[in-house]
Amino acid sequence: MTNTLQLASSAADHRSLTLALFGVFVVATLGITLWAGRQTKDAADFYAGGRGFSGFQNGLALSGDYMSAASFLGIAGVIALAGYDGFLYSIGFLVAWLVALLLVAEPLRNSGRYTMADVLAFRMRQRPVRTAAGISTIVVSIFYLLAQMVGAGSLVALLLGVSGDSAKRWTVVAVGALMVVYVVVGGMKGTTWVQIIKAGLLIIGAGVMTVLVLAKYHFNLSSLLGAAAEASGKGSHFLEPGLKYGLTGTTKLDFISLALALLLGTAGLPHILVRFYTVPTAKAARKSVFWAIGIIGVFYLMTLALGFGAAALVGPKTIKASNVAGNTAAPLLAEHLGGGAGTSGGAALLAIISAVAFATILAVVAGLTLASSSSFAHDLYANVIRRGRATEREEVGAAKLAAVAIGAVAIVLSIFADKLNTAALVALAFAVAASANLPTILYSLFWKRFNTTGAVSSVYAGLITSVTLVFFSPVGSGAKDSLFPHSDFHWFPLSNPGLISIPVGFLAGVIGTLLSREQADPQKYAELEVRSLTGLGAH
Amino acid sequence: MDTPPAAETLPPELPPDDERIEQTEEFRGLRRAFRGFAFPVTAGFVLWYLLYALLSVYAPSFMATKLFGHINLALVLGLLQFASTFAIAAWYARYADRRLDPAAAAIRAQYGSTNLVAPREAGE
Repeated sequence: MTNTLQLASSAADHRSLTLALFGVFVVATLGITLWAGRQTKDAADFYAGGRGFSGFQNGLALSGDYMSAASFLGIAGVIALAGYDGFLYSIGFLVAWLVALLLVAEPLRNSGRYTMADVLAFRMRQRPVRTAAGISTIVVSIFYLLAQMVGAGSLVALLLGVSGDSAKRWTVVAVGALMVVYVVVGGMKGTTWVQIIKAGLLIIGAGVMTVLVLAKYHFNLSSLLGAAAEASGKGSHFLEPGLKYGLTGTTKLDFISLALALLLGTAGLPHILVRFYTVPTAKAARKSVFWAIGIIGVFYLMTLALGFGAAALVGPKTIKASNVAGNTAAPLLAEHLGGGAGTSGGAALLAIISAVAFATILAVVAGLTLASSSSFAHDLYANVIRRGRATEREEVGAAKLAAVAIGAVAIVLSIFADKLNTAALVALAFAVAASANLPTILYSLFWKRFNTTGAVSSVYAGLITSVTLVFFSPVGSGAKDSLFPHSDFHWFPLSNPGLISIPVGFLAGVIGTLLSREQADPQKYAELEVRSLTGLGAH
Repeated sequence: MDTPPAAETLPPELPPDDERIEQTEEFRGLRRAFRGFAFPVTAGFVLWYLLYALLSVYAPSFMATKLFGHINLALVLGLLQFASTFAIAAWYARYADRRLDPAAAAIRAQYGSTNLVAPREAGE
């Protein structure tokens, strides 16, 4: 009896502490947003934060945009339950940044202005290419946004111990409303500072936990691994690849498909690409990716310790009892490290990590809303609908309206799609980015003959193939966590379409270019090359 | 918008600035230096990552080889992916500092004062 009472009171303790800490984060970031809003005067301020951030600041912000709750809670959870295969997953997320560093960041910074489409449309006919790029930007961002918001709903239910749909719904509405305020009031400057703060909190939180875990094993990695393997009940198999992806021929192919999508998707994610415009030069863009690689790499190494630590110290039974997918492994580990359930130390550390997880979600959704509303205003509204005759003020006004509309759509979709598998949605966003965006970016920058037809075919073929394949995969129907769990019309066996849709995107660019009678303009290509390599004429 | 007013002030027999710069030896050297690094290194890390991913799913017993304590080959190769990613990023930063930035700065200094085409933004 005393025991239950104690548990209940500690749950209430950590709940109010979590809410208080999260409240502090919201108040602080809203303050910064208001300050940033007062500094935001023209379109370059709204879209690109005035291009005044340093390489290190933008590196932190890039990491903040990238390290979503899915990677913090999700990867730690998969490692805690499936061991090595979770680690395998995080490696793709990191190596992918080299594509951005070597091929995309600097040329994009030098030759574009506010959006990904600026570079794609540079030497092409503006309207068709901007339409295609704008649509694919919005599709990628909405999938990613849905994943984060649906995740936010379930996370709050888990971490605060509230059950029922209405709590979930109010969480989604609150998250959606806050993200719209950050974007509409603070623009890129406000959003960037939110990312910087969140990235700092996440690194510090994960860092403290990692040191606490390693200290329990006298900083000996081998004994941590041994303890995790023993507690997992799977012995040394827990430390080897295969528990998650090695089951059948299909899961193996699915992993290869996912690996390709992760590797090639990162450098095609619009909310990452627009970050390269927030720094003054290509050199600063390079430095920001360099810092992002360091920060994200260290973070994933820490999730390795956290995941194995959760397996060893909390144990798979307790983790699974709390959440089947393992999403609460990191918070449960925090509680254990603070002294265990029912202690004030445990409640405090659990509250801190839960608040960091909320901050993470909020920052990522703001970044996504900004990227998609920028593309709507700058590509679709200003250049396609108004044919370049909109004033800067009208354009920024359209972006703010779009942020409100996208926020509303995301809230409604997340409430109705709250059973969707969030990991599949994130993987889908990466697959679309890798199939529709990356081929077009690379061809535009490096292939002289590439033309408008090629660009448009590549974007639409990649986009349509990936979305169609996912719809007819187990993500769409035929499984318990499908979009339509009660019917079965799936014929594509893999849940990630990348293995097919990425080659289709690349091939469609070549075929479209070669079949079209349109000649690429060599003068425009010379201009793009000179600009992208030297920074001449850069904004 | 396609014919920028600035370019019209150039003597008509000269090609526009960007095309002229593109034909200089300095620019071609810069492009060679960039592509000569970025393309092969990209091919290298993509193959190295794919090799690791394929080994992990199709050769799990090889990856399970124990090296010492509870440390197996899979873990070491995974950590090496992190190490190689950090190393390539540092290598490129150094290379760009030494080889690309000075060359780009020299071209900007030489041609930056001449009229440059404004980026095409508006309709067709």
